[in-house]
Order: sequence, then structure tokens, then C-alpha cells
Amino acid sequence: MTDNNAIVATSAERSEPVHDAVRGHDRDFLAALLILFLLALAPFILNLAGQDFWLDVLLRAMILGIAAASLNLLIGLSGLVSLGHAVFLGIGAYSVGILADMDITNGAIQLAVAVTLSGLYAFVTGLIALRTRGVHFIMITLAFAQIIYFIMVGLRQFGGDDGLTINFTSTFGDRIDLGQKPVLYYVVLGVLALVLLSFSRIIKSDFGLLLKAAKGSERRVMAIGFDPFRYRLAAYVAAGAVCGLAGFLDANFTSFVTPESMSWTNSAELIFIIIVGGLGTVSGPILGALIFLLLEEFLGGLTTYWHFWFGLFLIAVVVLAKGGLAGLLNGRGART
Amino acid sequence: MNTVLLINQLLNGVQLGLILFLLAAGLSLVFGIMDFINLAHGVSYMIGAYVCATIAIATNSFILGMIAAIPATLVLGFAMEWLIARHFYKRDHLDQVLATFGLVLCADSAVKYIWGPRGLSVPLPAWLSGQIEVLGVTLPSYRLFIVAAAAAVAIGLWLVITQTRAGMMVRASASNEEMARALGIETRWVFALVFAIGATLAGIAGIMVAPISGASIGMGSQIVILALVVIIIGGIGSIGGAFIAALGVGLIDTLGRAYLPTILAAVFSPAVASSAGPSLASILIYLTMTFVLIFKPSGLFPPANR
Repeated sequence: MTDNNAIVATSAERSEPVHDAVRGHDRDFLAALLILFLLALAPFILNLAGQDFWLDVLLRAMILGIAAASLNLLIGLSGLVSLGHAVFLGIGAYSVGILADMDITNGAIQLAVAVTLSGLYAFVTGLIALRTRGVHFIMITLAFAQIIYFIMVGLRQFGGDDGLTINFTSTFGDRIDLGQKPVLYYVVLGVLALVLLSFSRIIKSDFGLLLKAAKGSERRVMAIGFDPFRYRLAAYVAAGAVCGLAGFLDANFTSFVTPESMSWTNSAELIFIIIVGGLGTVSGPILGALIFLLLEEFLGGLTTYWHFWFGLFLIAVVVLAKGGLAGLLNGRGART
Repeated sequence: MNTVLLINQLLNGVQLGLILFLLAAGLSLVFGIMDFINLAHGVSYMIGAYVCATIAIATNSFILGMIAAIPATLVLGFAMEWLIARHFYKRDHLDQVLATFGLVLCADSAVKYIWGPRGLSVPLPAWLSGQIEVLGVTLPSYRLFIVAAAAAVAIGLWLVITQTRAGMMVRASASNEEMARALGIETRWVFALVFAIGATLAGIAGIMVAPISGASIGMGSQIVILALVVIIIGGIGSIGGAFIAALGVGLIDTLGRAYLPTILAAVFSPAVASSAGPSLASILIYLTMTFVLIFKPSGLFPPANR
């Protein structure tokens, strides 16, 4: 985007009455709270209705929602389009799998390794990737994901292409075992709530403001004395670590991890989730993840060729609803 | 080291490189001229392979399959441009990535619906499935055929772009669209033509690999990533750069797969070496791209006129 466009964009945003924007954000925040509240009630309702199967769908949606929320920090807030974000899901999940393979089932250790490795990989690759712009950033994040993908394909002792079955779930002391569905459900819900609330705080913080400003015009941010690179790197590392955490949870949920979980199509699905839900919004990631999985269940139940209709839906969403469903909810068509 | 084997592997590497070039050329032109990132570029590669396989199986003639598949991918290219791509030229890359990803999903499902989940294999005529002796080295004739045909297409493309009036319009649109339009060039048509020709080149690539690895669902979405890597290394919009980068990537991949397991076996156990070798070859390609982006962000051979 050239500077001239940036001027037009900022003045256009400014002309919008301030209280409207605030109300939009509040509505988005309330939507997130409502979804979290409903998710907390869901196990009781589904249990009464005898529909326990849907609990698994909700669990998957929440885990994907955490991963999508971390990507939202990059794409939605900072304008950094990463096509390799699923790699952190893989790093988190393989941390659990490989440690469990070595008979280490202590959840605290697994969690620490999953988050640290993801954050570390994000730091190292971010140092390089964040020096590139636009399509080069898309491609270099993809490349860094492919590198880990091929490393895991090549490591035959950890399943290689076929993936790794995780026989032990993570335990925290004697009390908490993530292998128990209800425990896992509320742990995941807690993490999701924490991630979404942090995101809503970041949007309003100076840090979030700076990322947003750098997305609009990098040169101006530098002109007022800030180096966007450092803030972007911090965002990139945070996003990687949180997505690694999602991977840790996912490994406990599916008890299985394959290199395929890091493929670029999975990264593209994460992007789809935040676009459908609403780019840069608090409720967007979980809303998008729910829609994604409901579509999968609904269309997948109707036809084996559900990907066709899903693909059409995807194109339609990109063409029509620019602000995603959360954008429609907020009564705003344009992206934040 | 076995020389015959080495020559054969070099031939395979050049063949993969040329296939990658056919894919990358269209991708690079579309990207360079329309600023459009097309993840669905592999769709015509896949459709080319499937149409060719279907006709070849029905008529028992690979050549007929080829003749039918080339216009089919040309039509497909125009259709994709008209229906989807043209509406996204001015949108940001994020939208383009998502829309073309949606297109990939649609195409993969459609292929599954029409041809079933199992892939097709293509029979080769007798005169292509044998071996030829060149200077005392026995080489598979079909690989030589691919190299010759792809090289001919590459040279043809180069001649069209540099020597003809149409090529001049393409180059003009690429370097400055507004100016080209002001000079009376219908850039809309140039764009449609470039997109369709790119799709046809990808289709030809698909046709050529069909007899070797068959036609299968998802074959396009894997190779399109490699083709993207090629154009990043070569420099977006540069056909010459894409050519050199494609050959380089083809050779790294093939030679890596062939020789890395042997080299690794000197250090690791044979089981580890045989599984890690091919992976390492793929990783090398992505590392190459990373290093190119670090030291020459616009690629090794960026187009001069931009």
C-alpha cells in the first residue's frame, strides 16, 4: 500500500463516528463472551440431549479457534499473511508425541517443551521472514513450514509419513489427566477464553496500536521513532507459542500426529477460519472455527464431495463478505 | 561413482526441471503481470493429466490423449480467468490465496466425482516405452522425449515473448499496464491470454508426467508449491530466471534423492539414511529459497524492466 492510500484509509476511518467503532468492538467482545458462555454450558446440554458426539466437534473447534486466534494476531492485526502457521500446531503436537514416546507424560514438561520450541522456531524464522514483504513473506513462512514437514516425514523412528500414535496423555500431578474428555474440554475452554481475552486487550494496547499502525504505513511508524520489526517479531513469537499450545492440546485430543497436520492446506484452512469469522476481531477465530467444523460435519454428512461445496463457499466468502461474519454482526462491511 | 547411473539421474533432474519450468513459466507471468498469486495453477496440471489419461486409455493412443488434453486445458484456463481470477487481480494477496485455495478444493472434489478416488495410469506407445542408446549410455526414451518436447515448448515460449507483436504486448503490459492501455493495448485480453497460455503450459506439464507417475488427485497442489519456490528463486516475472531456477531445483531434488542416502549412510544407519535422504533433498530446496530471499530478496534474475 502506498502512502497516499494510507492517508485516504486513515482519514476514512477517522470520519467514521468514534462511538460506532467502540460499539462495534464492544459487540464483538460481547459475542465472544456469549460464545464462551455457551461453550461452557454445551457439555450439560449435549449430555441431556444424548448427543455426546458433538462434544468432540466443539473440542476440535475450540482447539482450532486457539490456533486461529494466534494467526489473527499476525494477519488480522499486523497484516502479516503467513501461509505456514500450521507448522506450530505440528511442533506442539510432536513435542507431546515424542516426549510420550520417551515415556515422559508429565504435562508441565510437555507443555513447556511445546511452547518453548514453537516460540523458539518462531523467533529464529521470524528474524529472517520479517525482513521480507508481501508475497515473499507468504512464501518464506510456507518454506519454513515445509522444512519441518519434511524433517518429520524423514524421521522414520517417529512414524515418518504415517504419523505418530500417542499412547499416553499429558498429566499434571495425580489430579489432572488430559486424557479424560471433560477435563480436556474445560482446560481447552479455559485456554481459549484466556487467549481471546488477551487478544481483546492487545487490540486496545499500545502494542496492538503500533502493529496496526505499521500495517497501515511502515514508514510513518519508523518516522515517529519506532522500529516495527521488533514489535512484529514479538507478535510472531507470541503467535507461534500460542499455536504451539494449541498443538499440545490437539495431541491430547486426537492422540495422533502426522506431518500432514503441517501441510500448507492446513495453514490455508486456518486463514479461512479467521476470514470467515472476521479478520482482526475477538470473536472471529472461534466463530470461524465453529462454522468451519459445522460445515465439515453438515456437508460431510450429505456428500463425500463436500470439499467442492466448501470450496465454493470459501470463494463466495472472499468475494462477498469482506469483514467476515463478525463484520456483519458488527454492522460493518469493511475490514478493521 | 557409477557414470551411467549419474547420467541417468542428471537426465531425470533435467526432466523434472523442465516440467517445473512449464509450470513456473505460467505462474511467473501471471504473477509478474497481474500481481496474482495463483495456488490453483496446479489444477490445469491435474486436469491435463486426467484428460490425457482418459483419452489415451479409451483410444489406446497417448498421442491422441495429448492432442485432446492441450485444448482442454486452454479452455479451462480461459474459464478460470473469466469466472474467478479476473475479479481478484486488484484484491490483496490474502484474498487471492484464499479464493484460489477454494478453487483447488473444488477441482480436487470434481475430479474425485468424475474419475473416482483412484488415480489413472497412462499407457505409452511401444516407440516411447523402450530405451535408446546414446553415445554408449542406455537411456529411457520417454524421458528423452519429455526433455526434447519441454525444451521445444520453452524455446517456443521465449520466441513468442521476445520476437512477436503479441509478446511485445505482453511485455508492455507487464512493465507498465496503464501506459500499455493508453497506447491502445487491450490489457484485459492480454491478461486473459496470458492466464490461459499459462494454464495450457501447466496442462502440458501434467500430460507429460502422466505416463510416469499417473494422474492422481492432489498432484497439482503439491507441485504448485515447488513451482512457486522456483519463481521466487528465479525472480518473479522473469522467464529466464524461472528456467534456470527450475533446472536447479529439479537437479537438487533428483540428485539429492539419488545420492544423499548413500552419503548419509556413511554417518547414520542405513535405515535412517534411506528415509532421511529424500526429505533432506526437499529441505535443501526450501533452504535454497530462504538463502536467496535473504541475500537477493527479488530473486536471482529479477526482470530488468521493473
